[in-house]
Amino acid sequence: MRLAPRPKPAALKSEQIILFRVGGALFAISSASVQEVKSVDSLAGAAAEIKNSGIKKVRHALERDDQTLFVVNGTMHFSLPLTPGTLVFILYETRTALLIDRIEKMTSMTHLQALPSAFSGPERLWYRGLTALDQTVVPVVSPDGFLTADELFLLDAAVAEKSALQNAAANALTPQGEPAK
Amino acid sequence: MTSASQLELPSELQQELQSVVLLRLGDRRFAIAANQISELVAPSRIFRFPHRSSNVEGVILRRGRIVPVCEVAERLLGKRILDRRFYLIALRRYASQSEWIALPVTGECELINAEITAPGEDDAPHVSGWISHDGNVIEVLNVAALTTPVSPVAEARS
Repeated sequence: MRLAPRPKPAALKSEQIILFRVGGALFAISSASVQEVKSVDSLAGAAAEIKNSGIKKVRHALERDDQTLFVVNGTMHFSLPLTPGTLVFILYETRTALLIDRIEKMTSMTHLQALPSAFSGPERLWYRGLTALDQTVVPVVSPDGFLTADELFLLDAAVAEKSALQNAAANALTPQGEPAK
Repeated sequence: MTSASQLELPSELQQELQSVVLLRLGDRRFAIAANQISELVAPSRIFRFPHRSSNVEGVILRRGRIVPVCEVAERLLGKRILDRRFYLIALRRYASQSEWIALPVTGECELINAEITAPGEDDAPHVSGWISHDGNVIEVLNVAALTTPVSPVAEARS
């Protein structure tokens, strides 16, 4: 028995992707999944800190189009050496903003191989599959794979709790019976 | 590798014999049914990316396919082996499909015909049988069981 060459797809459909680095590792994401790329500096005033959510990879939330987006630290998500993120991908149709090191380049892929079944951990959620580019294998991330429904529930609860505390503080009265500032 | 047809065994004996590939891991030899083996290839660049499958080291590119490299020495020998000379490309059966995986081995492989003895009740799940060859008793490996991740609980018990 001999490993047969991969059969050529009937029609190769090219997909635009962005190659980016997180914690030194190279990843790809479909450019159609990225709504916007923002620098971390530009988000400095807009991001609200989240504490006590239990989700360590998310420390900040963004309000955008009446929706709360959660900034996922890519290095923590993938358990990579921590690096200072410089860019944030705002992802379409998710509530994820992904903190990354840098964009490597934009290119296109013509073949996406499903993640081999030997991979049986949470990476099955993380990746759409693998692609070979310039004799290198790059995992193609799934935009939905950064936050699970359970994690979103905990994050929403943390945001709601923070909001409730802020409202309570705003409505509190001083000992003199005046609204607290 | 020596092909099965080159062995020229009597036909009545061939009926009881099965083709297996002998492989070497460190100083031990193991066998895998030949119909589960594709080829033996020289080590090529291994690509690593984040994942949590402890028995998968990464992937290699082979004939345009991306093939996962599954570390089996730790389970078979109790230690990892750094000296690798080849990858044995084997067929790994899953519930609904089969896929190729690369098993790092430390020596050349050999195709032989041998009579396979059924495994005993006390044998580990990755043992699908035994053969006798050159005065040695050699485990025939069940690739699927060998590359199934061991749960932390089961690992602690063993």
